[in-house]
Amino acid sequence: MGINQVNRDIPTKYADQYGVYDGEFTNVKPFEAATKHVQPVKPNETKLLASIHDAIVKTGLKDGMTISFHHHFREGDFVMNMVLDEIAKMGIKDLSIAPSSIANVHAPLIDHIKNGVVTNITSSGLRDKVGAAISSGIMANPVVIRSHGGRARAIASGDIHIDVAFLGAPSADAYGNINGTKGKATCGSLGYAMVDAKYADQVVAVTDTLVPYPNTPISIPQTDVDYVVQVDAIGDPDGIAKGATRFTKNPKELLIAEYAAKVITASSYFKNGFSFQTGSGGAALAVSRFMRQAMIDQDVKASFALGGITNAMVELQKEGLVDKLIDVQDFDHPSAVSLADNPDHYEIDANMYASPLSKGAVINQLDVAILSALEVDTDFNVNVITGSDGVLRGASGGHSDTSAACKMSMVVAPIVRGRIPTIVDEVTTVVTPGASVDVIVTELGIAINPNRPDLIKMFKSLKVPQFTIEELRDKAYAITGVPAKIHYGDQVVALIEYRDGHLIDVVKNV
Amino acid sequence: MERLRRTMMFVPGANPAMLRDAVLYGADAIMFDLEDAVSLKEKDTARVLVYSALKTFDYSSVETVVRVNALSAGGRQDIEAMVLGGINVVRLPKTETAQDIVDVDEVITAVEKKYGIPVGTTNMMAAIESAEGVLNAREIAKASPRMIGIALGAEDYVTSQKTKRYADGAELSFARNYILHSARAAGIAAIDTVYSDVDNEAGLRRETELIKQLGFDGKSVINPRQIPVINGIYAPTVEEVQKAREVMAGIREAEAKGSGVIAVDGQMVDKPIVERAERVLALAKATNMEVD
Repeated sequence: MGINQVNRDIPTKYADQYGVYDGEFTNVKPFEAATKHVQPVKPNETKLLASIHDAIVKTGLKDGMTISFHHHFREGDFVMNMVLDEIAKMGIKDLSIAPSSIANVHAPLIDHIKNGVVTNITSSGLRDKVGAAISSGIMANPVVIRSHGGRARAIASGDIHIDVAFLGAPSADAYGNINGTKGKATCGSLGYAMVDAKYADQVVAVTDTLVPYPNTPISIPQTDVDYVVQVDAIGDPDGIAKGATRFTKNPKELLIAEYAAKVITASSYFKNGFSFQTGSGGAALAVSRFMRQAMIDQDVKASFALGGITNAMVELQKEGLVDKLIDVQDFDHPSAVSLADNPDHYEIDANMYASPLSKGAVINQLDVAILSALEVDTDFNVNVITGSDGVLRGASGGHSDTSAACKMSMVVAPIVRGRIPTIVDEVTTVVTPGASVDVIVTELGIAINPNRPDLIKMFKSLKVPQFTIEELRDKAYAITGVPAKIHYGDQVVALIEYRDGHLIDVVKNV
Repeated sequence: MERLRRTMMFVPGANPAMLRDAVLYGADAIMFDLEDAVSLKEKDTARVLVYSALKTFDYSSVETVVRVNALSAGGRQDIEAMVLGGINVVRLPKTETAQDIVDVDEVITAVEKKYGIPVGTTNMMAAIESAEGVLNAREIAKASPRMIGIALGAEDYVTSQKTKRYADGAELSFARNYILHSARAAGIAAIDTVYSDVDNEAGLRRETELIKQLGFDGKSVINPRQIPVINGIYAPTVEEVQKAREVMAGIREAEAKGSGVIAVDGQMVDKPIVERAERVLALAKATNMEVD
């Protein structure tokens, strides 16, 4: 066993293989970037193939290889299921899959695991059915949970070597120029897929909108793409991106958002040229509405908003309150449209967004990040991956990346959800270490991490109730009682990598 | 100094999450509803839930009010559970006569005696929702020493008057003024009706400005979003606060000197001016304005 810096026991086998978490930037060191195999394409050759079946044959996919997908289509994705079904039919087994995340819509994956088609998974997240199946122990090998920045790092450093990337392409030409802003199933930015395209040995673009050459704008260029396959549909537009993400009307979320906005606008970071990132959760999203008024009143403009872009940010940019939008992923349709139309709305890949081993990620330039949480503990550690029952059901996302890199990281969460406490003695699973988390914002008020005495001083006269994290926990427990311990089995079902690749926690079967 | 009742927020009694969160939004009073907001088959559930909430959650920052059912429709059980739970105020809906209040007072007294609670601990208020009720408001307001306020319930009232609600509120003019006078004559609070169109902030603003001008203590609210709007309208201006502080300083000075009559800025300060100043400072404090 190896006890890591957030006091979690990592079984020796995995501790030896991955190393254990030993500080936010301890392992940010020079490294040799991964290389890839390139099959050049001659002038008279075509990349267009008739079917996914043909692509699997052409790429020479065989047992034991690693394939990847992106999750820009979220709950509307058809590509991963289509490709895995075909692979299963062809009798290929023992694959490692490296999607950037896994959604509810990917429940058919459970059968592919049981049938031995898929034997290794790395992903940012696992949702309800797949998460529950993995937590029950259906895989011999644990899933490796990586943050968005951590995945980009793992690919760039060769920890993940992708043999074939099957990338859903909202529009593509026959020579492999891809973007996410045109087509039947637009998703906007292709930020996560761009990393796969750059480092995979072979790239198959799967599209339902084949356009004349050359397809522009070019998010993924022809020089990174081996084959193009046209199918009837790559995704359900309603599951990919709903209309404008609505502001919450939930009064508790609005109260949390109002407190968070007060914290931001009272901070020294809130001045001309500041930058921010908000999540897509109800409270996190509503922060921008409260911040907007303060920006107008105090004549403060932001230099950039980073994300995870939503309509709320697009509106701020159109109003002239934000100069530029830096976009690794779009959460709604208006933001995808904006990416297509607006030169100050710029698409970046996950490496540039958040990799700890890039030559400087955008999050290193970020002032304020507003993040969500399933649980926060009295050491400020955050869990965004397992429920209070210990079952995998969330996603690591960019949580640990932005928290570590930005100047002030804020977690917005109610102290209790239903009858489950959010502020607890010890989170079920650590995804983001407390060292990275600065301010917790709840409906009762805020708690500032004691490792940020500068912030404690800064917010001394702030008109928002302030508590210690222990006081917030006590208030939560006063409502819910002290939660009972979870009874885990002995099998490790998931390894939680910190963004640098070292293990911050493991999840056992329940 | 009597307590502020700018905002009295309705909370459906059968909704545990809302019972838990009601205290968050800055209302001066929370009104747990066991009556119209609770369906017939949920009546017992709501009574038990609100009782448990009173025993479990910390409501010390607000005044707790409960809207009980009529005595003939479960009101007796409601009152027993609420008084035992430590509710501050029992609110009787659809009050028509002073006798309605006397009847409820007797039930409360019996419950207080049964559980060894000092008689008179529990306050009462009445909602007036009909022509008969309005015309009897004066007697209703004085019907029990427990009474701390009367409130207009406009939806039933306008129906009984064969009209509906209009934006300018002319149809409520008599009822509002009569209820207000009855309350003031009895020395208790007057609470205005709810504003049901929760998405119409401008309308809420207009109506609140009107009832503040008339002299109402505040309004019933049905959504937390209405609270900051109403509390904001009741917030005094910086100039009013400044003036009130000068009045109070003048009073303290006069008391120290032992002189009876004082003047501030050449204006004589008498009892009503002092009372107004006290109220302004209380409102300022409740609005988080810098008072001292």
